[in-house]
Amino acid sequence: MPPGEGLGEASIAVNGDADIVAARSRAKEMASAVGFSRTNQTVIATAVSEIARNIVVYAGSGEIVLRAQRCDGRWGLVAVASDEGPGIADVEQALTEGYSTAGSLGVGLSGARRLMDSMEIDSEVGRGTTVTMCKWADRRG
Amino acid sequence: MKVPILRQGACLIASVQDALSDAELHDLQARLAEKVGETGVGGVVIDVTVLDVIDSFATRTLSTITSTVRVRGAETVVVGIQPEVAFAMVQLGLSLDGVSTALDLDEGLAQLRGRGVADAAW
Repeated sequence: MPPGEGLGEASIAVNGDADIVAARSRAKEMASAVGFSRTNQTVIATAVSEIARNIVVYAGSGEIVLRAQRCDGRWGLVAVASDEGPGIADVEQALTEGYSTAGSLGVGLSGARRLMDSMEIDSEVGRGTTVTMCKWADRRG
Repeated sequence: MKVPILRQGACLIASVQDALSDAELHDLQARLAEKVGETGVGGVVIDVTVLDVIDSFATRTLSTITSTVRVRGAETVVVGIQPEVAFAMVQLGLSLDGVSTALDLDEGLAQLRGRGVADAAW
């Protein structure tokens, strides 16, 4: 059985900073169930923490869905963060190290992208943002 | 849950017990700044052994705590960052510049002692 098969998905409503804690804790549990190493469980939880905070800071509320599924032809864990916030006018700029419109460190999106194996950002000004990111499951002996 | 802050000799020890929300991190920052003034201690140890994620917000707060405590006349050491947490922080692009770290509480207290904080050991 492929890692993560039958784990279903977890959906976390993100409305405030306590939900950021909940989202990263669920991400860690799910990563553990999929069979990720402790290091990669932490890596995934950290990336989820960053995108959950982006929801709280920029949109106020939104949702994170975690799923064990195939991505790019390999098994992995996918995290989809979506909100109906202001959207991102310039995605390339938002991914620039140190760029922030909220007075933070500006490592959130770019850092999360480095932590994961892939990231796609779909955003429209005035409509919202969806960030889809994936980490491939660890190769198992 | 509030992070308990204990006094041990010339140091304050803030021992994180559980995952921290942004609000709880802010609360820790405010209480430490206040307590350093109240107690006149020379050193602060923040034990983050139980934290399984230290993201950009937590990093920024630890850095702000260190600066604030320094302005209040004391030194801070962050102890107990787990290896996988350290790895994820570095991957994320965070470096804790200006923040002293040590492996565990004993090493943290030894470091403070080395920096002239009197009777940091007990």
